[in-house]
Amino acid sequence: MIAVKRVVLDVLKPHHPNALEFCQALSAVVEGSTVRVTVIGVDEKTESLEVSVEADVIDFDLLQAEINKMGGALHSIDEVEVKNESSP
Amino acid sequence: MNIFRKAEFLLKITRSQGIARRYFVVNGFDGALTMLGMILGFQFSTSAPLSITINACLGAAIALAVSGVSSAYISELAERQRALAKLEKAMLEDLQESAHSEAARWVPMIIALVNGSAPLFFSLVILSPLLLTHAGVVLPISPLFLSIIFALIIIFLLGVFLGRIAGTSWVRSGLQTLLIAMTTSLLIFLFTGD
Repeated sequence: MIAVKRVVLDVLKPHHPNALEFCQALSAVVEGSTVRVTVIGVDEKTESLEVSVEADVIDFDLLQAEINKMGGALHSIDEVEVKNESSP
Repeated sequence: MNIFRKAEFLLKITRSQGIARRYFVVNGFDGALTMLGMILGFQFSTSAPLSITINACLGAAIALAVSGVSSAYISELAERQRALAKLEKAMLEDLQESAHSEAARWVPMIIALVNGSAPLFFSLVILSPLLLTHAGVVLPISPLFLSIIFALIIIFLLGVFLGRIAGTSWVRSGLQTLLIAMTTSLLIFLFTGD
């Protein structure tokens, strides 16, 4: 199995929910995850975030759906780390 | 997510908690003061049968509730849709699948419910002595007089609530709203009666 272990995303989102709530919501959908959110730009109604998610297995579709649900837009996938965990 | 947490979340992302609180106080105050006015009107008039007093007051309470629900829903729906459209423009993104779109649909309903239920709830509390007497419960004092006392207590408590929100003296705020109620009572006394 090819497991996605880590992704770094460029996300644009409205000011609300705030970075903490956004981070918690993402963490809630990826089991055993560590989520880091860095606000890299603030506009009148939006803010740009660098979102880093690390977990044993990341369901990327679920993660993206949650980002959209919180009003965010995924602009780019900046870093990805995957591991081939197939048994020998 | 249970319904209360969801409502709290939607109010939070649209920053509408303050609006709901304001509607609760404003329309609750309207309801309490209207009931006080109607009951004083009956108190200062030639005694009317209790059923007439109850029906007139209940009619006003229901009208206030319906007016509160409909006016808040229409105005908040327009505000939320406008806010969503502005946010979509800023995001350059369709937010129909997001919590913001959900909030634009649900927040007007939540606020309308708060706006309509506040005057109805306070009116029913104020009318409770009349309703109890009508149901055959014997009260130690006149039900009209007891309703007036309930109305004054509720108006004072709404002032206390406002004082606590503002972080100012709750006693002073409570007395201010009570003063408004007393002034209203005086005006009713001066301009009504047989």
